Amino acid sequence: MVYVHNLTKRYGNLTAVENLSFQLERGDVLGFLGPNGAGKTTTMRIITGYMPPTKGTVHIEGVDIFDEPLQAKRVIGYLPENPPLYNDMTVMEYLSFVADIKKVGRKEKKSRIFYVMERCGIAEVRRRIIGHLSKGYRQRVGIAQALVNNPSVLILDEPTIGLDPRQIIEIRELIKSLSGDRTVILSTHILPEVTMICSKVIIINHGKIVLEESLQKLSEDMRSAESILLRTRQNGEGVVEKIHALGNVSSVKPGAAGEYIIVPRKGAEVREELSRLAVENDWGLLELRPVTNTLEEVFLKVISSEGN
Amino acid sequence: MSAFYSVLKRELRSYFASPLAYIILVVFQVISARFFFLYLQGFLQFQLDPSYQLQTGDLNLNNLVILPYFGTISIVLLLIVPLITMRLIADEKKNYTAELLFTSPIHIRTIVLGKFAAALILLIMMLLLSSVNVFVLMVHGNPDLGAVLSGYTGLFLLGASFLSIGIFASSLTDNQLIAAVISFGVLLVLWLVGALSDAESSILGYLSVINHYEDFGKGIVDLKDVVYYVSLIFLGLFLTYSALESERWR
Repeated sequence: MVYVHNLTKRYGNLTAVENLSFQLERGDVLGFLGPNGAGKTTTMRIITGYMPPTKGTVHIEGVDIFDEPLQAKRVIGYLPENPPLYNDMTVMEYLSFVADIKKVGRKEKKSRIFYVMERCGIAEVRRRIIGHLSKGYRQRVGIAQALVNNPSVLILDEPTIGLDPRQIIEIRELIKSLSGDRTVILSTHILPEVTMICSKVIIINHGKIVLEESLQKLSEDMRSAESILLRTRQNGEGVVEKIHALGNVSSVKPGAAGEYIIVPRKGAEVREELSRLAVENDWGLLELRPVTNTLEEVFLKVISSEGN
Repeated sequence: MSAFYSVLKRELRSYFASPLAYIILVVFQVISARFFFLYLQGFLQFQLDPSYQLQTGDLNLNNLVILPYFGTISIVLLLIVPLITMRLIADEKKNYTAELLFTSPIHIRTIVLGKFAAALILLIMMLLLSSVNVFVLMVHGNPDLGAVLSGYTGLFLLGASFLSIGIFASSLTDNQLIAAVISFGVLLVLWLVGALSDAESSILGYLSVINHYEDFGKGIVDLKDVVYYVSLIFLGLFLTYSALESERWR
């Protein structure tokens, strides 16, 4: 469980984070979004106890990270924006060192190291010097490092950055499979990633939360705002009127080259009738599909509306 | 494994994973051995001098070979210690590993002490290497062993003080070169500050790192000198701790 209350961080006159509050339960995977410089990394650094806030509190599994940092930090796994690697160590030596400073018990240490190496796909490079590894492997060693203490709170700052498409998919699968009974906070620039992995979304801009929503609710909202694209061979006469006559349609907007954007009344399904109408009138039906609001559009909307 | 010991082990491994530690040990040994040989040669020549027979008690192996030898070692330490300490903390910042250390369930003091201990071990290795030359003297001559031991105690305290100041310099920046320059500058000031005043009892004279060393070379372990060095070590380590702690608050 992660409980963040009224978090504020100021660097001199600059306010990086302002009155940020949210709460996550076990099993939640939070997608933490925002434009560059919005305060994502600062927030994550505060939650992990790397730096104290100017104001506000953070509780990790009920323990205040600033009153009892050693106890709270035990259950945190953290992958910073730049993976914290010692280039002169082998992967095994490095993970063993991390296990030691994260207070992993002596008995479980070895099995834990092998388990995370297996999960992150770095077992075959375990004897290589980290400085000689490719960027993808380095990123995966960084993720392995965050998992070595079997954390119940996992905080990942842009985990898929610098990976190739196949590795990105692998890491997403890994994060998904890891969530289980953990609390995961994930910051990213790749919005589809959020739709794929996360159960909750927070978008921040200028250090403030501009949107906080469960992904389920968000996708329902996006779907309900759905419109339908109808493409025919050419713009015919009276098409708009005929579509309106179907009822259940709140607006029809003709576009170029036989396209029509149809917004149905809330909750109404008009696609079946539309297709019949198009065929019966011989409009030359080429395409009929829903136009979904993507997370990108939601993101851009909240970011820009906040700016105005 | 305890966190302190893992930090210490990682730091030592890091010294010997790069050529740095080997180069430091070799350069240190070559320079000090060369000077040792010079002093010994001087002593042997002096023995052939007829006036040697009229010597007073001061002209012995200790005063003519070992004492200047220790003096040379202390100067070499002044030059080499900044190279030993420069990367200790600056490198953690540069490689972003500071973020790993400071989000781990360990105290900052554990990190600082682990690193200091690793540097101390390197210092001890240097001093042990240099003692080989003195042992050669033991085989063929009859130097005062007590003065040798107290001299090494002094060198150890002197070197440890240098290291603690060097770590502090390293905690101020993420650039190794800047860390080395800062620590060399501070050490040089502490060394030369004694020369600014004539009176031995003055404050400046008291602050001088090298004034406190003189007695050790003569075989005298004075509590006030030990206290001076131990305080300097604590000051350096405490400042390092404060620098790391305050940086997070900024």
